[in-house]
Amino acid sequence: MSPEPRACPDCLRRSWLLSHLAPYIEKIATGAPGSRSPELLRLSNEDLAAAAAPKVARQVLAQVEAIPERRLADDLRAAQCWACCRHDSLYPVGLRDAADAPWALIGRGDSALLGQLEPEGLVTVVGARRASSYGREVARELGRELAAAGIVVVSGLAFGIDACAHRGALDAGLTVAVLGCGADVAYPAAHRSLWRRICERGLVLSEQPPGAGAWRWTFPARNRIMAAMAGMTVVVEAAERSGSLITADLAADLGRDLGAVPGPVSSRSSAGPNNLLAGGACLVRGGQDVLDAMLGPGARRVEKAGASLDPELVEILEAVERGEDTCDAIAIELDLTGPEAASALSRLEMLGYLSCSMVGVYSRTLLQPPGEPSI
Amino acid sequence: MVAVLATARTFTLDGISARPVRVEVDVHRGLPAFSLVGLPDAAVREARERVRAAMANCGFEFPLRRIVANLAPASLRKAGPGMDLAIATALLVASGQLEWEALPRLAMIGELALDGEVRPVAGALAIAEAARELGADALVVPAENGPEAAMADGIDVIALESLEQLPALAAGEWMPERPEPLPLMLSPNGHGPDLADLRGQRHLRYALEVAAAGGHSLLMIGPPGAGKSLAASRIPSILPPLAPEEALQVARIASACGRLRGAPGGRPFRAPHHTISPAGLVGGGNPPNPGEATLAHRGVLFLDELCEFRRDTLEAMRAPLETGTVAIARAGAWRQLPCRFMLVAAANPCPCGRGDADSECSCAPIAVQRYQGRLSGALADRIDILAAIRQPSAREIGGEPGESSADVRERVTVARQRQERRLGSGRCNAEMTPAEARECVLSDEAAALLADAYARRRLSGRAHDRVLRLAQTVADLAGAETIDREQMTQALQLRRRDYE
Repeated sequence: MSPEPRACPDCLRRSWLLSHLAPYIEKIATGAPGSRSPELLRLSNEDLAAAAAPKVARQVLAQVEAIPERRLADDLRAAQCWACCRHDSLYPVGLRDAADAPWALIGRGDSALLGQLEPEGLVTVVGARRASSYGREVARELGRELAAAGIVVVSGLAFGIDACAHRGALDAGLTVAVLGCGADVAYPAAHRSLWRRICERGLVLSEQPPGAGAWRWTFPARNRIMAAMAGMTVVVEAAERSGSLITADLAADLGRDLGAVPGPVSSRSSAGPNNLLAGGACLVRGGQDVLDAMLGPGARRVEKAGASLDPELVEILEAVERGEDTCDAIAIELDLTGPEAASALSRLEMLGYLSCSMVGVYSRTLLQPPGEPSI
Repeated sequence: MVAVLATARTFTLDGISARPVRVEVDVHRGLPAFSLVGLPDAAVREARERVRAAMANCGFEFPLRRIVANLAPASLRKAGPGMDLAIATALLVASGQLEWEALPRLAMIGELALDGEVRPVAGALAIAEAARELGADALVVPAENGPEAAMADGIDVIALESLEQLPALAAGEWMPERPEPLPLMLSPNGHGPDLADLRGQRHLRYALEVAAAGGHSLLMIGPPGAGKSLAASRIPSILPPLAPEEALQVARIASACGRLRGAPGGRPFRAPHHTISPAGLVGGGNPPNPGEATLAHRGVLFLDELCEFRRDTLEAMRAPLETGTVAIARAGAWRQLPCRFMLVAAANPCPCGRGDADSECSCAPIAVQRYQGRLSGALADRIDILAAIRQPSAREIGGEPGESSADVRERVTVARQRQERRLGSGRCNAEMTPAEARECVLSDEAAALLADAYARRRLSGRAHDRVLRLAQTVADLAGAETIDREQMTQALQLRRRDYE
């Protein structure tokens, strides 16, 4: 029987205070240096309230102070959540390094996992919401490979890269979602089923009390949690001014490893990671690069070579890599009939070399045919 | 004034079938009045004015007495102007202006113009068949409906142009010739647009052929202008010709909807706009009228811009797709209409239409997700084949025309014949029950491939059966008794992808 997570009332009240002050913080957290939300969250209760809502500061503080301990516990239980504060031994080790760490974490899922969240076993994968099919496939494969190698993948449940990283990790192992709203709120709502799967197979964490909504400022705030928890942060795809790069900056400030997945230099959505690479971030071509960077070269291996292929299938694989992404385009490029192209693509999909989206567009998975140099 | 009571037989249209109505007219002394009873709708009630004017303008006298016209059975709701002629005839007999010995053995339909001209009505074919079932010797119809009514054999059809012709007809002095029946369309839809117009698009052509061969539903996804509508409108031309019984049923439906002017076409092609209501699509109203799904019976129902259709409209299609019939329940009426059609749908990859691969696409991710989410609804679950389409290149557009409809149709027809031998007449692979699907003969390799795809969770349980049906069609097209590995891989590629 693992110990139950615990939280002292003062730390818990901090979470409730944040949600009471949320609309006020929304106004002062402009993103300019000095008023970014992670910086604001370093302040003490009194200073934060005075900075955000000078007129009603005392009133709000008194209101939160007056919440009885029983109510806090009842609210958590009603939302099927538990809480763990910075004074508890189960509190994630990585967060202790951060000056702006949340006072308490409110979570949903199997709390026994909480004690295992050490930075060396956690990788944060972040990236653009509006991701390309390349980015989504890389994120999914990265999530799958890392989870299969026993690493817990941390991400933010957002559209695009985040969701793909979670899904990949769920295919093979464990994942943690850190939310900007309450841990019992599936946000975005389109990811409700994914959120439910993570609650069953991993953890959902948040600094906010149950039922709290998401605000603009809560996203950079949850990014700081993701950056601090994990030993390494990997940016898959991000435009030049993106929230994912905030996470990367925060991770670098804490001395965490920083990785980036390269993309075409012409692609706007790969500009962020390409710039990180130019600035000295670790090159991430797959799960193996992450493992090598975190645990030392060759410490743990990712299995990935697939079944061997006939020469004509290799030709098709190369055509997909060149960007011929529908059955028709392949048939024209290689001068095949419709049935021939359909059959070959289907075999490659079944072998795991290709994946097909619901609108019928093929993309290359990261699986490599044997005999080629493994990345 | 001898006769005071007279009756005539007519019909009212109910959905696509005709119900017999007996018109009873009673003429009595009293204050002049003309009342019409027996659950008439507004159009039937207005018959009084038309009958009055037509009689006067044809040289008859409208009796200045107390007239009651009863439409029996009184519990049946009567609709439409088709009973004018019968009411006028019964009134002429009741007021002693016409003697017609053969009247009890006749039935009659027709709307009257104010000058006495007999105007066409909807559903003449169904009415002629119903009159035959009722044991009538002949049916009097408007001249324009003559050829249509004559399609029903076993009953005489008398084409009447005007109310003025009645006395001569009743006296046996004049008898029009039996009209030439409209020819049934039993040859393929050869004169319509041809599949040769679809240039390039090898995969789409292949998907169309498999869909047509097995009656499978098809979803085409691609940017605007890539040829989705063009391809859909060519599908009837590659389907095998209708069997005589099917052709008659298609003609009956067209006739009931008043759409049978001139010779019936072959397989119907219906493409309703996406703003259509549920009642417009599957039928509705009171009394119930057939919708687009019934009009597409034995043909193609094309839903362009699938994601733009209202969700409740698409939901309404679920059961009809499964059973091949629409059941419409309204207060006092429950009707079942046939609607066994091939569903063909088209959609853009995202709201702006350009798709993920195009860097110009400016759709927000939530918008794309919501849009594609609509592809996963209840209706999409019943779609078998997915074809992704791209804008054809300049070389293809300017290139050789594709294979013609006739050549493709030949292969499709052979494949359909194999299915009919196995499943029974008029049935195709898409209609296979799960039990029938389990009887498909697979080679060891094909079975292993399907089992492997299922075990690796690349296929859901529902998709498993769908792939099996598709593989059977691919094998039928190849003329193979056993589904082999190659055919199974093709079926796996063609299948619709599930949403995750």
